[in-house]
Amino acid sequence: MSDLSSIQPVVQAKGLIKTFGRVVGLNSANLELYPGEVLAVIGDNGAGKSTLIKCISGAETPDSGQILIDNEEVSFKSSLDARAYGIETVYQTLAVAPALDIASNLYLGREKRKSGILGSVFRKLDHSGMRNTAKEQMTKLGIGTLQDMSQAVETLSGGQRQAVSVARAEAFGSKVVILDEPTAALGVRESNQVLKMIELMRDRGLPIILISHNMPQVFEVADRIHVQRLGSRAAVVTPKTHTMNDAVAIMTGALKVDEKDQALGPVRVPATA
Amino acid sequence: MSTPTTTDAEALIENLDRKGPMHHFHHALHKYPWISPGLVLLVAVIIFGLINHRFWAISNLSLITQQVSIVGAIAVAQTLVILTAGIDLSVGAVAVLASMVMAKTAAEQGVPGPLALLLGFAVGAAAGALNGFLITRLKLPPFIVTLGTLSIFMALTLIYATGRTINSDKMGDAAGILLWLGHPIQVGGFKITYGVVAMILLYVLFSWVLKNTAWGKHVYAVGDDPAAASLAGIRVNRVLFSVYLVGGIVLAIAGWIAIGRVGSASPTILPDANLESITAVVIGGTSLFGGRGTMFGTLIGAILVGVVSNGLVLAGLDQAYKVLAIGILVIVSVALDQWIRKVRS
Repeated sequence: MSDLSSIQPVVQAKGLIKTFGRVVGLNSANLELYPGEVLAVIGDNGAGKSTLIKCISGAETPDSGQILIDNEEVSFKSSLDARAYGIETVYQTLAVAPALDIASNLYLGREKRKSGILGSVFRKLDHSGMRNTAKEQMTKLGIGTLQDMSQAVETLSGGQRQAVSVARAEAFGSKVVILDEPTAALGVRESNQVLKMIELMRDRGLPIILISHNMPQVFEVADRIHVQRLGSRAAVVTPKTHTMNDAVAIMTGALKVDEKDQALGPVRVPATA
Repeated sequence: MSTPTTTDAEALIENLDRKGPMHHFHHALHKYPWISPGLVLLVAVIIFGLINHRFWAISNLSLITQQVSIVGAIAVAQTLVILTAGIDLSVGAVAVLASMVMAKTAAEQGVPGPLALLLGFAVGAAAGALNGFLITRLKLPPFIVTLGTLSIFMALTLIYATGRTINSDKMGDAAGILLWLGHPIQVGGFKITYGVVAMILLYVLFSWVLKNTAWGKHVYAVGDDPAAASLAGIRVNRVLFSVYLVGGIVLAIAGWIAIGRVGSASPTILPDANLESITAVVIGGTSLFGGRGTMFGTLIGAILVGVVSNGLVLAGLDQAYKVLAIGILVIVSVALDQWIRKVRS
């Protein structure tokens, strides 16, 4: 276990403050994400978990505080900035273009062009190249059942659509993949598929932040669980040391955790990608 | 939650779907929405020919292509806009304004032909840019913006032209290039004009661009779900603005085709171009809700409108029947679109 202490966080948020008028979204919030782990973020409505995650994914800019990626301070003005750092987000709303095919959705906004004059002058897209990598990507995440990458996304089930989003995030998220309630719109079987994809990504060394309301899911896949309460971190627990009831008690304030115990170092030795 | 009963029921429903020929037809329509207008076109051509054999005469078919060329070109711009879930009511007015600028600068200021043409294109682009600016910056709905600019562009055209038509003999040296698209070419017994060729080239070009460029994919994505497109990193407003801008230039080309076809520039031609272009797009299988449709479908839609108008006249029916037929086609097309959108795997 000695090598755990030498692990540096990939993403670190220090003392983030964000207010919306008179409403305090984040009140000096901290967060650490270590390499190769699944960090779940839980909290009651209004605890600031969404705001915290939006600050990291670039969708919101904190009023004060620091965000560090690999110990380097960054400031994101939009989610495009965060993407440039390899931070990708999957949303619960199944953010795909239904009429476009799977490959086009995977590469939406980041299309690959043909090499040579066709690509540089005529801007022709590399359809076959994108389809092939899309297929590889989907197979890698255990959804090889989808054969036809030129199939419109609207002909897919909700779970398959979310799989396309996750595959997109995995393909471009070199640093972190954030999943914001990825299973909220899905059924049980489809949720399990997404959870399996999360584990596959983690096993390949990609750190993941998972925001979820679903306690059993959180306790199933998370290595560490960040409990957000009233705009800041109330505790970090693990499925091994705490029960779901403990986590809920911390979330609601029934159980107080000492300030010095609110952080928790890495618990997983990252898989070598 | 997933009890065996639901799984069985799901499997049952899936089987039902899979086995029916209706399912395959539904999927084929979903993938190629131009199939149904294509079938209607085929049937229309056969029926009109049986009613009056003159319909099938090569000279008549040539005439139809020429009649379709102006609205066909306008419908290219309309397709781009409707793919983004917008609508452009000012298309006809922009085309007429551009054609008026081309003809009048040549006739009255003695501007050389190519420059007059460029001025027309610039005016078309500016008109499109104004629509795009109002829609993306002021966040006004496309319907309202273009309803307003329709009146504005129409009025500007009348004021600029002082209500007068400019005939080809007044265009001087510029007449050569301004009327160039009206020149006929013989292909076999078929007589088409450069204007028809220009229209077809517009379809080929934009069909290619929509399929093969990132911009094309972004046009579909923005029309499909602007929020999702924006989350995917697409600059939605930029795409929307570019669609109206490019549309404006296409409309100027349509204005140029109109000068060639009519042999003059008049502020009052193309009174029905707006609705006819929307009709062609909708009949061609493009969804008014955005995100789905093809240029090829619109071309079929435009030809179908031309065939129906021409065929009904040759059948000896009153003009009112043409309007009636087109009205029915539009409603059937939109109903069909609603059904097509329900497709599931």
